[in-house]
Amino acid sequence: MTQNKNPDLTLDDVKHVAALARIQVAESELETIRTQLSDVLEIFAALQDVDTTNVEPTGHVNSVNSVMREDEPSPSLTQEQVLANAPQEYESFFRIKPVLD
Amino acid sequence: MTKDLHELTLIEASALLNSREISSEELTTSVLNRIEAVEEKVHAFVTVTRDKALKDAKSADKKRSSGENGPLLGIPGAIKDNMCVENVPTTCSSRMLENFIPPYNAHVVDLLAGAGAVIIGKTNMDEFAMGSSTENSAFFPTHNPWNTEYVPGGSSGGSAAAVAAGEGFFALGSDTGGSIRQPASFCGVVGLKPTYGRISRYGLVAFGSSLDQIGPLTSTVAGSAAVLNAIAGHDNRDSTSIPETPPDYTKSLDHEIKGVRIGVVKELLNDGIDSSIRSAILKAVEVLEKSGAIVDLDASLPSIQHALSVYYIIAPAEVSANLARYDGVKYGYSPVDDGTMWEVMEKAREFGFGPEVKRRILLGTYALSAGYYDAYYKKAQQVRTLIRQEYTNAFEKYDVLLSPTTPTLPFKIGEKTADPVAMYLNDICTIPTNIAGIPSISLQCGIEDGLPIGLQISGKPLDEEMVLRVAYAYEQQTTWHTTRPSL
Repeated sequence: MTQNKNPDLTLDDVKHVAALARIQVAESELETIRTQLSDVLEIFAALQDVDTTNVEPTGHVNSVNSVMREDEPSPSLTQEQVLANAPQEYESFFRIKPVLD
Repeated sequence: MTKDLHELTLIEASALLNSREISSEELTTSVLNRIEAVEEKVHAFVTVTRDKALKDAKSADKKRSSGENGPLLGIPGAIKDNMCVENVPTTCSSRMLENFIPPYNAHVVDLLAGAGAVIIGKTNMDEFAMGSSTENSAFFPTHNPWNTEYVPGGSSGGSAAAVAAGEGFFALGSDTGGSIRQPASFCGVVGLKPTYGRISRYGLVAFGSSLDQIGPLTSTVAGSAAVLNAIAGHDNRDSTSIPETPPDYTKSLDHEIKGVRIGVVKELLNDGIDSSIRSAILKAVEVLEKSGAIVDLDASLPSIQHALSVYYIIAPAEVSANLARYDGVKYGYSPVDDGTMWEVMEKAREFGFGPEVKRRILLGTYALSAGYYDAYYKKAQQVRTLIRQEYTNAFEKYDVLLSPTTPTLPFKIGEKTADPVAMYLNDICTIPTNIAGIPSISLQCGIEDGLPIGLQISGKPLDEEMVLRVAYAYEQQTTWHTTRPSL
C-alpha cells in the first residue's frame, strides 16, 4: 500500500498539521509523510460505513468519574530533583528563550 | 543440578531461595553472567544495572536470613525502559529521553522493591512503545532469541527476549495494542495484559492513556500469577486505578477447567491468519476439550473487524496530547540556543522523536483537528462502544475467548519497516481487548520453522483468575514452556 489513494490529504495539510503539532518537518520528507498518513487514513475509511446512530462514544472503559482525595500535605520532589533534568536552568527556574520578541 | 541457575523458572528459583539452597547473590550473578554471554546476540537491554542488582540481591539475602520470605524475594527481573526506576536512566528508547534520569520510582517498581525483587536492568522497546518489532528503538533493534535474524515483536521486545534468553526470571512490559502479548508470542513466553485499571500506571511514560496497561512477561503461567500478585491493586496516584483489592492469583491456578465455557473467535481464525497458526490453535482447542472445557468454535464478534481502525484513531489522538509535554523545557532533548522559543521547541521535537512517533503525533493531531473530529475521533469512540458491547454479550455465553495472538509468525528484521500499515496489521488479534479493556494472556502453543506460535486467552473485566486458570490448564498438558531457544 504505497500508492496514495486518498487524494484529500495535500502537502499543505501535512504542513498545517505539523505546525499544530509543533514538529519541524524537512521539505524533503513532506511527500513521504503525506503518502504514509494517507495509507493509514485509508484504513479508517471503513468506519464511515458502520451505523453508529444513537451510539454513545466510549472515552474510557471504566465508568470512572473525577476521583477526589483529601487535600493533605505529603512528601514531594525537592526543587533540586525537579530541575535535575532541565536542559537549562537559571537560579532555580527552568530557562527558556524569550516568549515575546 | 542439571540446569544452570538462569534456566530455572521463577517458581523453581523461588523455591530454591526459600529452602536456602541458593542465595539471591548466586542467582543474580548467574543471570548477570548470562546477560554478559548473550547480549551481543540479543540486545534486550538498554541499561544493565549490575551494581544495583548485586546490592539488591545482598539485601534480599539479608532479609531472608532475618526471617522474611516471599515469592519474589531475591528474584532478578527486568523493567521495560518506559517505567521509572529512581536514579536509573529511563529512555523510552528515544533520543528525546536519552539522558532522562527519573527522581522517583513507578508504582510497580516500588511494589517490586517492596517484595524484594532484584532489578537487573531496563529493556529495549519501540520508541515510546510505538511499534511491533522493537526496530523503532532509537538505539538498536532487539533480536529474537529463537532466531536472531528475526524480530522479537514489540513494543516490549526487549522484555520478551530477555525472558526467553534467560536474562531474567520476569520482565515488566506495557501493552497499549498488544505490546506485551505480541512479543510474548514471538519469543515463546507468557505475557499478560491485565484489565485496564488493575495496575497503577504511575511512573509509566504515557502513550495511549485510555488503553495503556502494565503487565508481566515470564516463562510460565505460575510465574505470571506471582508477579501479578505483587503489582496489582489500587493506587491513588493513578486516577484510573480500580479501587478493589485483587485476589491471590496463584490460589485458583490449578482449579480444573471442567465445564469452563470457551468461545473461539471466528473472526480471528479466518483466511487472514497463517495456516500453521490456525492449525496450532485448533490443536490447543483439542487439549482444552480433553481437560473438560466446553468449546464453541463459532463465537462471533463482528465489530472487531473495525478494531484496527478504531485503534489507529484513538491511540494517535491520545499520543498527540500526551507527547505534547516534550517541549525541551523541563526535561528531554533540546537544541537549547538554536533559534527562537518556538523554533527551539520544534527542533527538539524534530530531532528528539523518530519517524513512527512523529507519524502518530501527526496522525492524531489530524484526527483531532477542526473539521475532522466528528468524522474520525468521535466515530472511533462510538465504534469502540459497539466492540465493548459485543464482548459483554459474548461473555454471557463464554467464560473466556480464544484466538491466535498474532496473524503471522515472527518476521525478519527489516522486512516490514518501510510499510507502516503492514506493521500495524501485526496487532489485529491483540488490539480488540485493549479497546474493550479486558484481561488477555498469550502463551506458546506451537512452533513452526523454529519460531514460536502464541495462543491468546481473554476474559471478563477483572477476571484474570479465569484467564490464568485456563492458560495454566493448557500449559500443564503441554511441554512448550519447557523448551528454550538455544543461543
